[in-house]
Amino acid sequence: MFEFINTLLIGITSGAIYSLMALALVLVWRSTRVVNFAQAGQALASTYFGFEAMKHIDNFWIALLIAMIGGAILAAFIEMVFMRLLLKHTSSGAIASVAPIIATLGLLEVIRALITLKWGGADVLIKAPLSNTGFSIGTHTLVFSPMKLAIIAVVVFLLSILSILFQKTNIGLSLRASAFSPELARLAGIRVDLVRTFGWALSGATGAVAGMLLVVNGNGSLSPASIEFSLLLISGFIAAVVGGLDSLLGTVIGGMILGLSTAFVLMYISDSLFFIAPFIILLLALIIRPQGILGKKGGRRA
Amino acid sequence: MTLIVNNLNVHHGAIAAISDVTFTVPQGELTAVIGSNGAGKSTLLRALSGLKGATSGNATWKEHNLLKGSAEIHVRHGISHVSEGMSVIPELTVEENLDLGAIWRRNKSEAQSSKREVFALFPRLEERRKQSTATLSGGERQMLAIGRALMSKPELLLLDEPSLGLAPLLVKQIFEAISNISKQFGLSVVLVEQNAMSALQIAHSGVVLNLGRVVAAGKAQELISDPAVRAAYLGY
Ligand SMILES: Nc1ncnc2c1ncn2[C@@H]1O[C@H](COP(=O)(O)OP(=O)(O)O)[C@@H](O)[C@H]1O
Ligand SMILES: [Mg+2]
Repeated sequence: MFEFINTLLIGITSGAIYSLMALALVLVWRSTRVVNFAQAGQALASTYFGFEAMKHIDNFWIALLIAMIGGAILAAFIEMVFMRLLLKHTSSGAIASVAPIIATLGLLEVIRALITLKWGGADVLIKAPLSNTGFSIGTHTLVFSPMKLAIIAVVVFLLSILSILFQKTNIGLSLRASAFSPELARLAGIRVDLVRTFGWALSGATGAVAGMLLVVNGNGSLSPASIEFSLLLISGFIAAVVGGLDSLLGTVIGGMILGLSTAFVLMYISDSLFFIAPFIILLLALIIRPQGILGKKGGRRA
Repeated sequence: MTLIVNNLNVHHGAIAAISDVTFTVPQGELTAVIGSNGAGKSTLLRALSGLKGATSGNATWKEHNLLKGSAEIHVRHGISHVSEGMSVIPELTVEENLDLGAIWRRNKSEAQSSKREVFALFPRLEERRKQSTATLSGGERQMLAIGRALMSKPELLLLDEPSLGLAPLLVKQIFEAISNISKQFGLSVVLVEQNAMSALQIAHSGVVLNLGRVVAAGKAQELISDPAVRAAYLGY
């Protein structure tokens, strides 16, 4: 029973972080139909922005805000400078589907190189704002700690804000309309180009939170070659696919399924499955529900 | 306040879809543009609403050059386009589709009163306002598409085959609604249709397109009684 609760809580925490990364990918996918592999690099860069901020103010929560703003600006810049040019010049033919993949993979490496140039290749540390010592139940000590609880709270808070933004505001309506039908959005007077850039910025900010939380969920260390960030990208991608790529709610559910099932596989089957478990889950999801958790066959959802 | 189209040419790549098209729509009048499939009707409307660039010619509305600037600008000058084939977003609710039409309007209380007008015209939409658009019937979707266009407070309405895919009874209702809307709001309307007879019956004037060219034009009544037009487009 104790072990079960422990695994559940660990799974929810990592699921929450995967959900954010998956949302970042889905926000870009919805606005430009591009799978943005550079997202891992952007999250990494944003986390370095947070690290830099911490050096000056020593407050994790303010640093998180600065990382979000930095991530948003970086993403908007990438969309306006690179993606617009790229999509304009490769709008049809076989190249249209391959070019964005190659471009964003290239961008990922460029960002990593720039980070190394600025901050060096060695590990740096971001101090967690709360204790990473687990709560106790009787004589047992959980892995679940105040920091992990705060991570879940931050994710829930962010998801609530995003959900209000998308469902209750005109900006959200513009984002959804532009994603589902750019042409009708334009006929309704929406400046789809601006909305697209905003979608990327929102994605950049969301990815920044994923990055910052990932680091303090672990041992606090950060490096340009971080394997955790590569895994974060893969997990986010898998969660997004499980969620159906177009649905925001589905994406969050996808992230949770991935986080929980990975935690349970590692606990109860074998922790040597660490790298393989996510792929097995992806495979299962694609076989059982290729249209995504909430997707209807051949349909799309808000 | 007249729509003036003069020697308009529009190409899809090398294909001339609209060639030297000239016509005018006086304020508050309804002009039917009829022609068979592939005649260039949709291309004409898309050029006027700014979705598609023109090759040459002129098109003006209230001294506003329609061939410059894009769709998101034109709608702010009172031009609403209901594009071909259920111009709604199925992933949104009925009310969200309507709100979309007014999203650029600064004055939200005016937008609210537009919504009340649309609901008065199409009570069915009010009953279903919270429902997903995907659950609507074809006729209801077409009403919603027209409602969305009205939410932009248009003075010029461009309608692309509103009767497409509807049952005969609904076709009659939609044409009546369009005629009423035009009169009630004093709108100028360009109504594109393959359903030539029904369109001409509610129109002041008509333009017959064939392979991108105007082959006949005039008062609607004259076109209806023109033997050549009858033979080719009205089926008797
Ligand atoms: N996006 C497009 N690309 C290439 N050709 C097109 C495109 N849209 C329409 N056309 C061509 O332009 C001509 C006019 O089409 P359209 O305006 O859709 O006619 P209608 O609406 O009267 O059926 C047709 O020959 C059609 O094949
Ligand atoms: Mg057409």
